[in-house]
Amino acid sequence: MWVYEKKLQYPVRVSKCDPRMAKFLIEQYGGADGELAAALRYLNQRYTIPDKVIGLLNDIGTEEFAHLEMIAAMVFKLTKDASVEELEAAGLGAHYANHDNALFYENASGVPWTAAYIQAKGDPIADLYEDIAAEEKARATYQWLIDMTDDVDLQDSLKFLREREIIHSIRFREAVEIIKEDREHKKIF
Amino acid sequence: MKQNPEERAYPLFHSPFDPCPPKHYKTYVVPVNQYVVFQPAGLPQFSPAEALKHGTLWPSLYSPYTSRKFKGE
Amino acid sequence: MTDAAPKVGDRQYYELLEQLQALDFVLVELNLYLDTHPDDLKSIEQFNKVTQERTILAKQFQEMYGPLQNFGRAYSKYPFEWSQGPWPWQV
Repeated sequence: MWVYEKKLQYPVRVSKCDPRMAKFLIEQYGGADGELAAALRYLNQRYTIPDKVIGLLNDIGTEEFAHLEMIAAMVFKLTKDASVEELEAAGLGAHYANHDNALFYENASGVPWTAAYIQAKGDPIADLYEDIAAEEKARATYQWLIDMTDDVDLQDSLKFLREREIIHSIRFREAVEIIKEDREHKKIF
Repeated sequence: MKQNPEERAYPLFHSPFDPCPPKHYKTYVVPVNQYVVFQPAGLPQFSPAEALKHGTLWPSLYSPYTSRKFKGE
Repeated sequence: MTDAAPKVGDRQYYELLEQLQALDFVLVELNLYLDTHPDDLKSIEQFNKVTQERTILAKQFQEMYGPLQNFGRAYSKYPFEWSQGPWPWQV
């Protein structure tokens, strides 16, 4: 089971009223390479991966939920006090028509999240390489998001999340090495 | 601005018929994780406060990134 | 909001919270590292040491600002503290 901890993993500060940025940040909330996809991908793959790396998928999957909450905090702070006019001007008119200022699992273009974004092939190498690729794609997305805001506080939180992708990528690479090395068990039935 | 050591660049072909002012090169980042196969034990560590700030416990795994907007790209 | 809720401009709340976030972050990093390096005794010792520090700091934080975890991982004063704000994305 999971127990909730009533704090963010990293302080989220947003110092510029910029609802436009919320529309872009939602990519990491409900996009193909976003934090929801990451969390669900790893926590689902953990059932069918060698025991030696289950713990890693379990723990990275859990950390991704902390990142999802950070992105939600950013979007929430950027939109909670915005007027209808401000949301429309920020390109969030269609979102408003559908959701008011509620968060929704969608990408920056408004496409709803789908399980088709994530794969579980049952082959440990295929799945771990998907995970490595997912981390690099999320890192790239964070870079483009950092490029699009001049709010240094928001950049600070995004840089933290970008670095986490880099560390996760290293861990998944190590998981591949662990699986490759595990020769003595290959013929025990 | 100090050059980011992780940054790479490739030249862009420019046709006389391209409508926009030419960009001569495009940059991308190759983060430190691309050169780590398996993290060795005993790497030097940040203090807890510095680790949180950098997003990693280990200085040698830290990858800096500067907004392209700040760099005028 | 209960008495335990942080007041606007309560610098100590944000300072303590960040200290806790820092220790917990070290534990996340060591945990993921140990997932792929289960034989690194020095890192296990560090993990246990930071866990001890974290437990002390979390206890102090919870006495001042209310429970950090639900489902019986922290005691409650009256009225039930867990469901009181503010929530992490609000502060």
